[in-house]
Amino acid sequence: MPDSPQSIETLDQLAAQALAELTGISDSQTLEHWHTTYLGRKGKVTLAVRRVGELPKEERPAFGQHANRVKQQLEAAYEERARLIKAQEMERSLAEGAVDVTLPGHPVLRGRLHPSIQTLRRILQIWADMGFQVYRSRDVETDEYNFQLLNFPPHHPARDMQDTFYTTQPDVLLRTHTSPGQIHAMRAYCPQPIRVVLPGMCYRYEQITARSEIQFHQVEGLAVGYHIRFTDLKGTLTDFAQRMFGAGRKTRFRASYFPFTEPSAEMDVECILCHGKGCRLCKYTGWLEILGCGMVHPVVLQNGGYDPTIYSGYAFGMGVERIAMLCYGIEDIRYFWGNDLRFLEQF
Amino acid sequence: MKVPLSWLKDYVDIALPVTELAERLTLAGLEVSSIQYLGIEGAELPWDRERIRVGHILAVRPHPNADRLVLADVDYGADQIETVVTGAPNLFPYLGQDVRHLNLKSPFALEGALLFDGHKDDGSKMVLKGRPVRGIMNRHMLCSEKELGISDDHTGILILDPDAPTGAPLADVLGTAVLDIELTPSIARCASIIGVAREVAALTGQRVRYPDYTRLPLEGASLSGRVVIETEEAHLNPRFCAALIEGIQIKPSPYWMQLRLRLAGMRPINNVVDVSNYVMLEVGQPNHAFDYDVLRARADRYAGPERPIRIITRCAREGESIRTLDGVERTLQPFTMLVTDPAGPLSIGGIMGGAESEVHENTRNVLLEAAAWDFINIRRSVQAYGLNSEAAYRFSRGVHPSQAWWGALRAAQLIQQLAGGVIARDILDYYPAPPPPVHVDLPMTEVQRLLGVDLPRQEVRRILEALEFQVEDDEQGVFHVTVPDHRMDIGTGVVGRADLIEEIARIYGYDRFPNTQIEDVMPPQRDNLSLLHEERIRDLLIEAGLQEVMTYRLTAPQREALLLPPNASPEERPYVTLTNPISPERTVMRHRLLAGVLDVLAQNLRHRERVAVFEIGPVFLLPSEQDVLPDEVPTLCIALSGPRELVTWHGADTRPMDFFDLKGILETLVQGLHIRPVSFRPAEHPSYHPGRTAHLLVGEEVIGVFGQLHPWVQEAFDIPSQRPVLAAELDLRRLTAHIPAYFTVRPLPRFPAVRQDIALVVDENIPAQRVEEAILQAGGKMLVGVQLFDVYRGAQIGSGKKSLAYTLTFNAEDRTLTDEEVARIQARIVRSLEASLGARLRG
Ligand SMILES: [Zn+2]
Repeated sequence: MPDSPQSIETLDQLAAQALAELTGISDSQTLEHWHTTYLGRKGKVTLAVRRVGELPKEERPAFGQHANRVKQQLEAAYEERARLIKAQEMERSLAEGAVDVTLPGHPVLRGRLHPSIQTLRRILQIWADMGFQVYRSRDVETDEYNFQLLNFPPHHPARDMQDTFYTTQPDVLLRTHTSPGQIHAMRAYCPQPIRVVLPGMCYRYEQITARSEIQFHQVEGLAVGYHIRFTDLKGTLTDFAQRMFGAGRKTRFRASYFPFTEPSAEMDVECILCHGKGCRLCKYTGWLEILGCGMVHPVVLQNGGYDPTIYSGYAFGMGVERIAMLCYGIEDIRYFWGNDLRFLEQF
Repeated sequence: MKVPLSWLKDYVDIALPVTELAERLTLAGLEVSSIQYLGIEGAELPWDRERIRVGHILAVRPHPNADRLVLADVDYGADQIETVVTGAPNLFPYLGQDVRHLNLKSPFALEGALLFDGHKDDGSKMVLKGRPVRGIMNRHMLCSEKELGISDDHTGILILDPDAPTGAPLADVLGTAVLDIELTPSIARCASIIGVAREVAALTGQRVRYPDYTRLPLEGASLSGRVVIETEEAHLNPRFCAALIEGIQIKPSPYWMQLRLRLAGMRPINNVVDVSNYVMLEVGQPNHAFDYDVLRARADRYAGPERPIRIITRCAREGESIRTLDGVERTLQPFTMLVTDPAGPLSIGGIMGGAESEVHENTRNVLLEAAAWDFINIRRSVQAYGLNSEAAYRFSRGVHPSQAWWGALRAAQLIQQLAGGVIARDILDYYPAPPPPVHVDLPMTEVQRLLGVDLPRQEVRRILEALEFQVEDDEQGVFHVTVPDHRMDIGTGVVGRADLIEEIARIYGYDRFPNTQIEDVMPPQRDNLSLLHEERIRDLLIEAGLQEVMTYRLTAPQREALLLPPNASPEERPYVTLTNPISPERTVMRHRLLAGVLDVLAQNLRHRERVAVFEIGPVFLLPSEQDVLPDEVPTLCIALSGPRELVTWHGADTRPMDFFDLKGILETLVQGLHIRPVSFRPAEHPSYHPGRTAHLLVGEEVIGVFGQLHPWVQEAFDIPSQRPVLAAELDLRRLTAHIPAYFTVRPLPRFPAVRQDIALVVDENIPAQRVEEAILQAGGKMLVGVQLFDVYRGAQIGSGKKSLAYTLTFNAEDRTLTDEEVARIQARIVRSLEASLGARLRG
């Protein structure tokens, strides 16, 4: 409107026109255009205000004040509109960005420990907390260490309890239990007191069935000292059972027989499935056989270098896969060396 | 050992319910693995006490309308006689007779009784209902064993012994529980009813009622002079007793004995054989009956008619053989003890009789042997012939020679009672050196020391005496204990003390001991470093996404041979080889983990695309045939196959895993273990793809080999060639030796780093590792990072060349590096590589 004389009225008309346009704007791009058109450096309102010089001197202050008000008003309206549009645009973009949260997540390729190792770690951790350090010994053993020094004389009927793999080397066999480690540990530490656990793979000459395997892990424990008593054995193993199978879990000790301990016992724990009421898992006895144990036989102490009239000790042994089977409800021991990933990935 | 409770009660009073008795025995080391019930509560069919009674058959009459049926008049203790219709063939011989005087007794079921259906084989039951049979009303029934659930026999009605009390509930006469007890070698003494009775007595405060053999009617002509006994190996056959019973009649044994034998798991044969087995089960003394006339006839030949029979026990001679009772001709080993006469072997001592002198239905005179044998020697023979018998089971676990005498007397007594005849005077007893009784001195302080509880002296004494030990107490608190003969498990000295302490604890009850903790000062804890290292490696590998597997440590040489291509030279290191493998696939201890791991891979690739696994475990290396024990080397094996990631809706990197995926895992592993300096060198190995195989080295030591599997090997393990396999085999003992005990961290940079990209063109045959080493060397200490991000080959740079693009990171400890400084270092690097490797900067 360069031709029309400058006045408050024309400014107001321009402002009214700008405001009217503003209310129709709904996107930030048009809004910026509007701002440039009216309020930019060469905007219509900006230019109109600059033309204050065309007015008579006495009208200039009033026009100036009015023009500032109009500009502030328009800026405020612009800000208001900008906030509104930003909120609307955010809303729109959020709506567009919605995902189907029920779609599956991106799979993470996680590795896992073999269940035997997981169970073994748990067992060793409990024993470590109770002060038992790990001592390992060999898989391929001599008859002397596997049997004779453990008080199984040659041809003794107790050998029937452990069907053995023999090798072409005379008197060399695959250990049938981790107990040879007892002798190794005693001979290594004598005459110091001992508190060790002996984990390892053992081998038995058996048919491979759902219930029996030719190799399995065992954890043996051995404590030797000056005043170790049968009641200590009971107390320690009861503590172990409560940590392994849950606080308050009942245990019982039955008389049993192992050539290398005397008195010998087997520890049963209250069935983890039926809590002692009787079920298929516990063959309706309410009890699960967990480990064999006993006071170290005097002959074995002697063979380890300890005088049985001065020292005493206890020993225990448990099958790792058996415990894992009970804990996880595994019904077939062949799963462990079958290594089907569909089994292993459940752990 | 199957123990019918009714039999056990002949020797000891039992007031406890059977389940409680079983529990007590189990806790005391006689593990009752199961309880079977016959006719009483707990059985599949408890016999109705009102409706199933002992019936007395008074007469068997013809059925007016049927030839195949008879009518039996039965007295079952009620006011009136009942008549039943039956088709039982075993009543037909009595047809038309008044059999009142025969005391024919049979189970008699009254209308309403529940029985098994004799005509069905599915174990279904029926309630007895009255119905007319060919015109005659029949309400009740005489029962077969099958109808009562005793056996499957339905060929006739069950005939009880004549003294069965008429009208008594059958459950009281035949009903019982049978305990199945698992015997550990230490309680072989309980392989007999009396043996178990002793334990029951000790546990329940009762006394054993031993059978009385003292009033044996010895009425026959003296045996001395008719039979002489010689033993050549008294230490293997310390005692030999023989009794002669003449004029016997072989027939079935009475029903009570047959049933007891069957409940104990043995098959009744005839009265003499049954007595022999019965005495073995009752007393624990195996024994054997010879047909005396066979022995006599042989003696007539080898010595003459008036000369005595000579029984000689001795070891088998070279090439000697015998046909045993089971009809098998056996060639004998020279350590096997035989019962012989001068004409040859008669039986394998303590294991099995010979066929020739076996008792048969016409036998009139039997010579009964009850002897003692060395248990180790019996065991050797049992193993040598794979020949087990109930007798051998007992002898191979130890039967004290004192038992032979009682066994001979008991068997002679029972044979005479059941088969008639007379027992010859002078039962022979060859027992040159009875072992002295075992004495153990047991101080109370030892009991307290080992058990941890101060048991009262009277209690210890009571327990020992309940087990038939003789105990003398002295002023010093030491028990002088004499061990009864049947306790062959009790040793002497310090062992004997432990044996007695176990007995005390066992009978006292393990559960009555308190729980305590060790009060001794125990040694300080030491780490097991090799285990800690192994466990750290496991953790790093599962963090890298690998699944742990565990395979058999037993394999077969032909399986491991598949790890080498056909043209490679075969494995020559000796294996630890089994003499008694369980199968042809498991004959030796493995040399490598790879065969087992590839089996796992192949088997899982059948049902999935991607497999990434590892195994940690020993391999068994015999440096030479002369080495007795193998070196058990802890080893790691990794195997990968399939896409890097699984296909997902979300997108994935599904390119197949290659050499560098495996290498990345190994790099992660050694970094995680803080092992330095590590390098990788091209290598050759027959199991691996040429040109895609490398050694992992720490310093100059080769830790192991890895790479892509040789296509031959892959094919041998049935893995399709389009699914390449990456594998690694590392010696963990070597690897873990380089794990530092501790490591230190670098401080964070205080000034910003500068990054520059640089591309260098080098000859194709220059390994990337050399380029990187040269850059690092030329870069000096300001160069803190070299990251290869691209390898390019193409026309732009000319053939036989490759371009390696690196991001170099520069950092100084004390200032922010200027662009000029960085440019200077970079120029130095380029100059240096130009000079050493002929590299040039790519434009
Ligand atoms: Zn249960």
